[in-house]
Amino acid sequence: METKIKEKIKLVKKGDQSAFEEIVAFHQSKVYQICYRLIGNTHEAEDLAQEAFIRAYVNIHSYDDNRKFSTWLYRIATNLTIDRIRKKKPDYYLDAEVQGTDGLNMYSQLPADQVQPEEEVESLEIQTYIQNEIMALPTKYRSVIALRFVDELSLAEISDILNIPIGTVKTRIHRGREALRKRLRHV
Amino acid sequence: MTCKKEFIQLMHHYLDGDLNKEEEQQLRTHLQSCKECQNHFQELKRTITLLESNSHLQPSPNFTNKVINSLPKEKKRISYLRWFKAHPAITAAAIFFILMFTSVFSAWNQDGHLSVSKEQNLIIENDTVIVPEGVVVEGDLVVKNGNLKIEGAVNGDVVIINGEHLMASAGEVTGELEQVNQIFEWFWYSLKDITKDIFAFTSK
Ligand SMILES: [Zn+2]
Repeated sequence: METKIKEKIKLVKKGDQSAFEEIVAFHQSKVYQICYRLIGNTHEAEDLAQEAFIRAYVNIHSYDDNRKFSTWLYRIATNLTIDRIRKKKPDYYLDAEVQGTDGLNMYSQLPADQVQPEEEVESLEIQTYIQNEIMALPTKYRSVIALRFVDELSLAEISDILNIPIGTVKTRIHRGREALRKRLRHV
Repeated sequence: MTCKKEFIQLMHHYLDGDLNKEEEQQLRTHLQSCKECQNHFQELKRTITLLESNSHLQPSPNFTNKVINSLPKEKKRISYLRWFKAHPAITAAAIFFILMFTSVFSAWNQDGHLSVSKEQNLIIENDTVIVPEGVVVEGDLVVKNGNLKIEGAVNGDVVIINGEHLMASAGEVTGELEQVNQIFEWFWYSLKDITKDIFAFTSK
């Protein structure tokens, strides 16, 4: 698939706009999901995903064919979304660390023996609940979580996209995952 | 509770695929004997399943169209060419219609002999026009029904109609080099000049 995408990109670089259509169709879900996990709102996620594709098109000549296209595209989408979050309201928690494992929240008081069957994972109610818990994390954790669990990106790819050291990516994934475990243990 | 911190670290490294065989065995053995860690590990795996279940998250069905419609306009020539190719019947009718009113068709048919827009200092060998080494053609050069070999230089655009550009390593063209080889492209080439205004109007 990556080879096919690269062929299409060559055409786009030559000025063939219709070749871009297939690129959008192929990547739209993942880009949208990353934006949504970060911004937490379907309307804005759609808007940001569109903007990401338009920017990718306009800047297609700065894309280096030797690298993975999706990584380049996700970087555009992530940067746009983080920018939007910053503009919306100052994120006081941007640099805050996730709190330690102690401290009860309202969810930890729910009965623990309600184990949900797998198919219910997809129910809208649960999904909204999951997203709310993700939104409770500071942006820097959210971005790592979004990239890791939307397209199963490697730690190296995430480090490349967010331009942070791989060790930092690891720490953030561990902490983010641990925080969400606490918050989602009764789902 | 004392064992937890160390093994939680191991669990996360395991989930990142960072454990070696030995460490993995160490974790496995511990999980078999420690209920608390086992529970923690299950919760982590469950969390990952929840985070990965995002197939329901999809953009609107017309997402691709919306993106394509918001892109800045591409170079006109490419969009015309593609439009023509996508609508062969209309194109054929349009070509016929326009040919009725222009001399394009006859020009293509009758003009079978080699011609070149300027001959000064150029060598013509059979069906090949040669720009010899050391010769610099000032301005655009059009070769019809013949090949072109550039050993010198052309200070402008080059158009070769119904012929080929024979590569000569030393040759140099400062402008664009265009080859027009089929009636379709020939039509396009003529059309560019004749009906530029009409198309500029309809493409808005
Ligand atoms: Zn233990």
